[in-house]
Amino acid sequence: MIEAKNLTKQFGSQVVFQNLNFKIQTGEFLSLIGPNGSGKTTLVKIMMGLEKKSHGELIIEPAQTIGYVPQFRNIDLDYPLSVEEFVRLNLKFTLSPTKRQDDNELIKEILEKTGLTKIKDRPLGLSSGGEKQKAYLAQALLNNPKILILDESTASLDVEVKMQLMDLVQELNQKYKLTVIFITHDYELTKKYTKRALFFKDKTLIEVPVKDVSEDMFEMGG
Amino acid sequence: MFGYEFMRQAFVASTFIAITAGLVGVFVVSRNMSFLSHTLSEIGFAGASFGILVGISPLAGMILFTLISSIAVGSLSSESSRREASISAISSLFIGLGILFLSLSSESSSYATNILFGSIVGISGHEVKQLLILALFVIFIFIIFYKPLSFDSFDHLGAQAAGLKTRFLSIAFLVTLALSVSIGAQIVGSLLVFVLLTLPGATAKYLVHTVPKMIMVSVGLSLAGVWLGLYLAFITNWPVTFFISTFEVIAYFCGLTYKNWKLNH
Repeated sequence: MIEAKNLTKQFGSQVVFQNLNFKIQTGEFLSLIGPNGSGKTTLVKIMMGLEKKSHGELIIEPAQTIGYVPQFRNIDLDYPLSVEEFVRLNLKFTLSPTKRQDDNELIKEILEKTGLTKIKDRPLGLSSGGEKQKAYLAQALLNNPKILILDESTASLDVEVKMQLMDLVQELNQKYKLTVIFITHDYELTKKYTKRALFFKDKTLIEVPVKDVSEDMFEMGG
Repeated sequence: MFGYEFMRQAFVASTFIAITAGLVGVFVVSRNMSFLSHTLSEIGFAGASFGILVGISPLAGMILFTLISSIAVGSLSSESSRREASISAISSLFIGLGILFLSLSSESSSYATNILFGSIVGISGHEVKQLLILALFVIFIFIIFYKPLSFDSFDHLGAQAAGLKTRFLSIAFLVTLALSVSIGAQIVGSLLVFVLLTLPGATAKYLVHTVPKMIMVSVGLSLAGVWLGLYLAFITNWPVTFFISTFEVIAYFCGLTYKNWKLNH
């Protein structure tokens, strides 16, 4: 469970958001929406401990690992690592042969889970947009997180690939009770996959059931 | 050729230089720091000249200058376009300083040629020992930070998202880069040390697709280059740097051609 009580963040005198109050239950699949620059990524960074809050409380119970798939990646055509090696980057260093064996099993399992086994030896730079997103997802899943945060992961994909990726995320959410926070500007996907939205408006956060999510919530600067 | 003491020393020194440069080079390329490694070698030239002027060893002068500037670069803004511009400004200044220091000192101009273009005869037993210690230190740092450094170098944003201390890693890397430039320059010269620090790593990127394999290929190409270079320099009396850079450039273009060929087939 994640709970915020009067959570406020400001940089100097500039307030990013103030007095956020919300609760996210374990195993929820929700979207985090709002215009660009409204504080979505900042909130996520605070959850992950990469940024400090200014006031208020943020409780994550029990202390859980968070897998975060960032919005941008620098993977060009010349990027050399294979899909599997890219996923492997997130492994911890070990000298123990048993641990190494376990790691190999884990990698195999994650590649299987994300549907990447067939292309595991291909350079990531030569993979399609959807395959890249799956690889980012696989890498984030490696440390067995209980909370998964997707930062606009579907933004550059075409409709069919978007759906495939979201189906996969939904499956992980249902099978493993993975809490999913989906940061997005996509109205259709929010409607189809999430149960609830947290909507950033006027420096604060409003909880909206998915049936009340409207298209105009995505129009401001989105 | 191993009958000569200086050749044996040059051989041992080059072997360690090649291993270090090949290893570090994989990360220089993946972190897009080829340009910085070039600038550090120019700063190294100024450092070596400074060493001669004030009476410490050129190697010590080089380490001093490259270490200070690499840490300064690490603390600069992470905005890469701004970093590039500052680096080129700094680089011009240091070339100028290097020439000034040399003209103020009483050393002959052939000494300057040795620093700039490298020499296989200029290396003493004592210097070989210093190089060995520094090279082993660099390799040691890499073993310790291998995993997080690979993550940060090949997927900086992912490493940040996973909560790695990327700023610390960046400075640790720059320190090893500074040391590698300083030791590499002893044989290849400060003007061309970046050849060893960039080309084998860049070639490896076209040929193989995992970090350990890239390191192996890069170190292999680097070793092949310096060994071949030393041998050819010995029998022709031409500069060793010429052979090394020619070999590495040919290997690079072969790698590029291979990659393009593979893309089309």
